[in-house]
Parts: sequence; structure tokens; C-alpha cells
Amino acid sequence: MNTRLLLYIAVMAGVTYLVRMLPLMVFRRKIKSQFMQSFLYYVPYAVLGAMTIPAVFYATGNVISASVGLAAAFILTFFGRSLLIVALTASGAAFIAELIIGWIK
Amino acid sequence: MSTGPRREFLGGIKDGIPIALGYLSVSFGFGIMAVSNGLSIFAAVLISMTNLTSAGQVAGLTVIASNGGMIEMAVAQFVINLRYSLMSLSLSQKLDGKFTPLSRLAVSFGITDEIFAVASGRSGEVSKHYMAGLISLPWVGWALGTFLGAAAGEILPEKLKAALGIAIYGMFVAIFVPAARKAVGVLVVVVIAVTASCCLKYIPVFDFISDGFIIIICTVIAAALGALLFPVRQEKGGGEG
Repeated sequence: MNTRLLLYIAVMAGVTYLVRMLPLMVFRRKIKSQFMQSFLYYVPYAVLGAMTIPAVFYATGNVISASVGLAAAFILTFFGRSLLIVALTASGAAFIAELIIGWIK
Repeated sequence: MSTGPRREFLGGIKDGIPIALGYLSVSFGFGIMAVSNGLSIFAAVLISMTNLTSAGQVAGLTVIASNGGMIEMAVAQFVINLRYSLMSLSLSQKLDGKFTPLSRLAVSFGITDEIFAVASGRSGEVSKHYMAGLISLPWVGWALGTFLGAAAGEILPEKLKAALGIAIYGMFVAIFVPAARKAVGVLVVVVIAVTASCCLKYIPVFDFISDGFIIIICTVIAAALGALLFPVRQEKGGGEG
């Protein structure tokens, strides 16, 4: 492996680490502002929503099988299943949908 | 209810299993991509072990493949991974009092979308043992998947590979849907975030905005509106589990 490639990897890893590490090191005290507390409370749900839709529809390379997987995830979540079960069932449902689509074609 | 370090660690390990499985399939794709761009298996695995992020690594590959500058690499990583700052900031409010500077330095390495989401979903504060457990398997899965992808190429049938791509989104749904059913504020925030991300993705005027920035913009807008419309009481903060 040449030096330039190592340098690329060092820059990638260094910047990515700093972005993650600095806020965690700097904000050691509990934030008092009600707005900031509420904002940070909502951040994970906002991130997850924005990352899931519309990206999930492209996750399998086929909108139909992705929709089937997403629907399966919603249904199992409604029945209170755990993360792992929901994730595996979504994949299983998408896989079956892929097979069926393959047969129809 | 006793929560010893060992029990906390094992709890983290258990919660990390679905993330690790998802990472195994995603990083498999990264491994294939890295080798097809001329990198060695070792270089591909090294990138995954030191970066632990999908979008940033794919962008990094693009810069390497086009022999781009180091500044370009740094800016790309900064922009794409800026959302981790929001997550670190949010997570900094959830860590229990036993975190030393060293454990903060260690835990911050492992903040990813999924690990952050699961940690946030825990009710109350999180311990360093729980975080260590939670990060371990996904990190192994990420490195192992990269190795398998780079080494073996196409061992999985195409359809199975494709189907595994949705596993991570299944996890996301399992985290935000129950929370949205419990609290109307969360529901509104999710709806705003989803609407905004669809708008930024599909309205041609916004084409210049990269996917990483779309996530940042949607997050800030939705969480700020949520905080204004549905302020959360101090005791309630930090996820409802």
C-alpha cells in the first residue's frame, strides 16, 4: 500500500473521528435550555425519518420488494416485535417478493 | 433490578446484533466496491475499521479513485459526516455520570446512525459498559463484511444481497414508529422530516444538495419545529424506550 493511500485513509478517519468526538468532549454539562433539550430529544427521530424515507424504497434495488419489506416492518412493529425480528422479517419479506417478481417475469 | 457492568455490556451486545447483521450486508457491498476501484483487501478493511461509516467511506472511495486532493477528501468527510455532530451532542446529554474523558474518547469513535438510534431509544441514561457492548459487534460486522465482500466478491446470490439491504431500515421503523405512537410530538417531527427529505430529494431545484446535507437540513428543521411546538419536560428528556 503506497503512502498516498495511507494519507487518504488517515484524513478520512481523522476528520470523521473529530466530527464525532468534539461535541461529546465539549458538552460535558447538562444543557439547561428547554428548547435545546427538546431539540436534542427530537433529533434521533428526525434523523431516522429523513434517512428512512425515501431511501428505503431504493434499498433492495426494486421499489416493489422494498415496499413489501417496509410494510412487513410496519406490521411487526405494530405487534411490538423486537428490532432484530423486525429487521429480519423485513429482509425475508423483501426476499420472497424478489423471488415472486422473478417468477412473474 | 441490578445493573452490573457485565449485565450492561451483555445488554449492549444483544442490542448490537441487528445492527451488526445490517452492517455485514452493507459493508459487503463496500468491500466489493473498494476492490473494484483498485484497492487491496487490506486497504478496504483498514478503511472500514478506522471510519465505521457508509456514506463517508463511499465518498472517500470516489475521491481516492479520482486521485482527488487531501483538502477535497477532508471537506467531503466533514460535510457528509456532520450529522454525527448532532448525534454526539444529543448523546452527550444521555451519558451517565461515570463517563471518564477516556471513555468519552472511546465511545465517540463508535457513533453511527444506527448505534446512536438504539442508544437514544433506551430509557434513562446509558452506561459506558452498555455503549462498549453496543459498539463491539457492529464494528466487527462492519469490518468482517468488508473483508468478505472484498475477498469473495459475489458469494451471495444477487436477490439475497438485495433483500438484506432493507434490514437496517426495518430497524429504523422499529425505533421511530413505537415512539411516534406514544408521543404526538415525535409523530409530528417524523412527518416533517420525511416530508422535507422527499421534497429535497425530488424537487429539481434542490438537486445541488447532497444526500448528507439533506439529512442535516431535515433534521434541524424537524427537530427545531418539534421543540417549538411540543417542548419536552426536563424529566421526560432522553428517549422514551
